[in-house]
Amino acid sequence: MPSLIDFRRRIRSVKNTQQITKAMKMVSAAKLRRAQDAVIAARPFANSLRQMLANVAGAAKGSEGAAENPLLAERAEERVLVLIINSDRGLAGAFSTNINKGAQKFLAESKAGKKWEVEAVGKKARDYFRRRGFTIAGETFNVTKAPKYADAATLGRKIVERYAKAEVDSVYLVYNDFKSVMAATLNVVQLLPVPLPAQQETTDYIFEQPAEDLLATLLPRYVEVTIFRAILESTAAEHAARMTAMDAASSNAADVIERLTLYMNRLRQASITREIIEVVSGASALE
Amino acid sequence: MAATFELEVATPDRLLVKDQVTDAHIPGLGGYLGVLPEHAPLLSELGSGLLSYTIGGKSNSVIVSGGWVEILPGGTRVLAASAERPDEIDLKRAQESLDRAERRLKEAGDWDIVRTLRAAERARARVEAASKVRG
Repeated sequence: MPSLIDFRRRIRSVKNTQQITKAMKMVSAAKLRRAQDAVIAARPFANSLRQMLANVAGAAKGSEGAAENPLLAERAEERVLVLIINSDRGLAGAFSTNINKGAQKFLAESKAGKKWEVEAVGKKARDYFRRRGFTIAGETFNVTKAPKYADAATLGRKIVERYAKAEVDSVYLVYNDFKSVMAATLNVVQLLPVPLPAQQETTDYIFEQPAEDLLATLLPRYVEVTIFRAILESTAAEHAARMTAMDAASSNAADVIERLTLYMNRLRQASITREIIEVVSGASALE
Repeated sequence: MAATFELEVATPDRLLVKDQVTDAHIPGLGGYLGVLPEHAPLLSELGSGLLSYTIGGKSNSVIVSGGWVEILPGGTRVLAASAERPDEIDLKRAQESLDRAERRLKEAGDWDIVRTLRAAERARARVEAASKVRG
């Protein structure tokens, strides 16, 4: 039977844990704010680029240069590269597991019988897929701390180059899309060959450079921007997931403390009662 | 009140300018483009240099390099690989990278000549712009 002192110790230890989880929740909340701001700041460029690409693609359609563009070349899909964007650290609930499982499911269900490669962003993705014997084509860490465009650009260039050299036949991007603090949705996007955005209306431009030349410079950038956006979204979703997880942990700790305190008080009362009985029975024995 | 159009300058990580302007001078790859309201739709690659524009009679500028400029009936959009306000430029660092690029151009080495040329051009634009704006 645990003594009063044991209970006190347990309660103190749980309280310490609770303090840590509370602090982590606050930190995540602050980081989430910053990550959300970054997502919003990156939006105008990404949206404008998509529209511009749609316009240029419309103008370049059917031309020889566009048909020869290596980033639009569709090949028989045999080697599939998935770019998985995950976190570097844990303690974010089911965040990293969800994305890893989601990516694995995507491969197993829609890309069965093909050769898979994983390009991992974040330690959690690398560790998971390496343990399961997947081919890791590359790994990038510590980008989610403060997402920089340069990191996404490096990654994008590498992937574009591999695709242009026909080392892989298609590239998919798997990441968590930040919807709200409570919900992140798993998103699978085809990166290469570039799915051209649908064009709403044709603008009759004056082209300073031929449309296919513009297309050739726009496409790699479009890939980079898509990756960058995914990293930003994933970062925001990660902080949101950690915040929710730490909030749950804090309230669980509060429950544990409450229950332990109850036991402790019960134990204390029991020992007082026992002592009274002992005194009373001792006194009655003397009569 | 003069006629205005919307000018937007964005980089991958931020929106630098979104204002109603009366005119803009944009460094295209093939030379400067002067843009006034009602400009015909145009699409060009962006060069490196000082992009200046006027809001309500006051002249402003940003330094851009690499990217695209799209002129639409609704407004002008500049998507730059990098863009800075003049006061954000570290003149000393810009000068250093210009010197480095020029040195590299003089002596042959195993660096990419096209990239070095671009870097020199970019650095020169930044140095010129920063010293011009600061006077």
